[in-house]
Amino acid sequence: MASTLTPTPPKAPAAPAVRRMVLGVQEPEDMDLPTDPIPLNMGPSHPAMHGTVRMVVDVEGEKITNADIQIGYLHRCFEKESEYATYTQIFPYTDRLNYVSPMLNNVGYALAVEKLMGIADKLPERVSYIRVIVGEVSRITDHMTCLGAGAMELGAFTVFLYLLKAREWLYELLEEISGARLTHSYVRIGGVSGDLPDGWGAKLLDVIKRTREVIVECGRLLNRNRIFRDRMDGIGIITKEDAIAWGVTGPVGRSTGLDYDVRKDHPYLVYDRFDFDVPIGSVGDNFDRYMCRLEEIEQSMRIVEQALAKIPAGPTMIDDPRVRLPSKTETYNSIEAMIAHFKVIMDGIHVPPGEVYSFTEGGNGELGFYIVSDGTGRPWKCRVRPPCFANVSVLPKVLPGLFIADIVPTFGMINMIGGECDR
Amino acid sequence: MAQIVLDRLVATFTGGEIEQIGTQHGNEWARVRRDAWRAVGAFLRDDPTCDMKMPTDLTAVDRLNRDPRFDVVLHLYSVTKKHRVRLYAGVPEDDCNIDSLMPVWPGLDWFEREAYDLYGVRFKGHPDLRRILMYPEFVGHPLRKDYPKEKRQPLIRRSGLPGSPE
Repeated sequence: MASTLTPTPPKAPAAPAVRRMVLGVQEPEDMDLPTDPIPLNMGPSHPAMHGTVRMVVDVEGEKITNADIQIGYLHRCFEKESEYATYTQIFPYTDRLNYVSPMLNNVGYALAVEKLMGIADKLPERVSYIRVIVGEVSRITDHMTCLGAGAMELGAFTVFLYLLKAREWLYELLEEISGARLTHSYVRIGGVSGDLPDGWGAKLLDVIKRTREVIVECGRLLNRNRIFRDRMDGIGIITKEDAIAWGVTGPVGRSTGLDYDVRKDHPYLVYDRFDFDVPIGSVGDNFDRYMCRLEEIEQSMRIVEQALAKIPAGPTMIDDPRVRLPSKTETYNSIEAMIAHFKVIMDGIHVPPGEVYSFTEGGNGELGFYIVSDGTGRPWKCRVRPPCFANVSVLPKVLPGLFIADIVPTFGMINMIGGECDR
Repeated sequence: MAQIVLDRLVATFTGGEIEQIGTQHGNEWARVRRDAWRAVGAFLRDDPTCDMKMPTDLTAVDRLNRDPRFDVVLHLYSVTKKHRVRLYAGVPEDDCNIDSLMPVWPGLDWFEREAYDLYGVRFKGHPDLRRILMYPEFVGHPLRKDYPKEKRQPLIRRSGLPGSPE
C-alpha cells in the first residue's frame, strides 16, 4: 500500500520556519509521516492557562492546524451589575476587571464619568499627578506579573519569585494609600479618596530603586538565556496589519511595530508633561512582546520619578457639590450638608444625559469605557472595551502552524487577564 | 477632531444613508441607515482621508421604548490620522439583524459574537455566530433591559447542543 505512505504535499507554515532556523535543525517537510488531525482540549482548568479559558485545538502530530479559544468562564455580569449600581458603586467592579492593575481601571472609569459631567479638565493638579503615579505603579505590577508568570511557565521559576517579590513591595505601598492590597477602589469621581501619606513618595522612590535592580537581574537571567530564547524567538508572530485589523493595542500591538500608545498619541491627565519613550518591536513575536513589557516597566518608573518630583500641593478632590461629599464636620452639624451627603450616597452622582467613549492606556492596551447616561444616578449602559478581549481574539489566527508547546509562551505573552476579558 | 470624517461621509453618501451626525464630549458620531452599514464601513476603511483601519469596539445599546429598539454601536480609529468616530445603526426588535462587518474588519469577530450573545442582535454573514460569554444552553439575552438582573438559570443540558446527550 504505497499510496498511503505517499507524503502529503508540503504546506508552508510561516512561524515554524523561523523556529527551525533558530534551532539550526532543518527538517525537510517531506519526511513528515502522514497523520490524521485530532482535537485536543486545553483547559478551562489547566496549569499553563492564565485564568480560566478553554482552547480546543486541532493537531496534526504536534502541529496546530486550527484553534478555537473559548472564553467566558469568568463572566461576572459587569455591565448588567453596573446598570443597577450608582456611579460610585461601580469602582469596586472596575477593580476586578484587570485585577493585576486595578488602579488603571479606576482611573479610566473615573475619567469617562468626568468627561460626561464636563469636569475632566477642571480636576485639581494634584489629583492628576496622584492618578498618574498610582496608575504607573499599577502598570509596573501588571507587566511584572505577566513576565514572571510567562517565565515560570517556561521553567524559570526564579524569575517568577524575584518579580513577585518586587511586585509585593509595590502592592504594599498601594495598600498604604488605599487600604487594600489588590482591590484598591482608591480613585473617586472628581478626585481620589485620600491624600498620599507623609513620606510615601520617598518610600516609593526607594522601592523603585530596588525594583530596578530586580528588573535588571531578571533581564540578565532571561534575555540571553538559550532555553528562553528558543521558545520565544519567532514564535507567535502577529503582523502589524493583523494587529490593526483586530484592534490589538498595548504592548502586544506595539511589539508588532504599531506605534500607538494612548499616553503619547492622545495624552490625558498630565502625561504630556513627562519625558518617556514608547518601546516599539519589529517582528511581533513573543520575544518582542517580552522586551516591550520589560522596557515599559523602566519607562513607567521614569514617569513615576518625574511625577514625584513635580507633584504640587493642593486638594485631592474637585470642589464641585455635585460629586464631592461634604466634610464630616458639616455633615454632622448641618441638615443641608447631611441631606447632600445622603443624596450623593443613596441617589448617586447625577450625570447629565449623554454618551461618551473615553479611552486610556491600560495594562494590556486601550482600555475604553463607553457610558450612556440617562440623567439619573445610575448609568443606562456602562460598557468596558477590554484590551485583552481584542488581543486574545487574534490568537485563532496566530496559533495555526505552531506546535502545542508554543501555546504556552504565546498565550503567556499575550497576557490574557480573565477578569478583564470575560468581565 | 474627526469632523473631517463626518464631512466626508455626508459628502459621499447623499442618498439618506447618513441619517444624523453630531459631536458630544469630543466624540464625533454618525447615525447610519441599517442597509448601508457595511458600505459605510468599507468606505471609512478604504478612503484615504478617513483611513479607519482599526475597529476599536463594537457593542449594542438597548434603548427600551424607542423604535428601533436597539442601536449597534461601532467605534473606529485611524492609526495614521489619529482620529476616531462612532457609528450607530438602529435595529428593530422584530427584525433583529444587521450586516456583519467581518468582511471589512475580520477583527470584529468576537465583538459581534458578544453583541449577539448579550443583546440578541444577529449579524448576517458572520461565519460563526455562537455565544461567547454565556454558555450555549443559556436562554435569552442578559443585557436586554427586560431580562431581570436576579433571574437565575440552572444549567440544563439540552439536545442538539455540543456536549449534550441526544
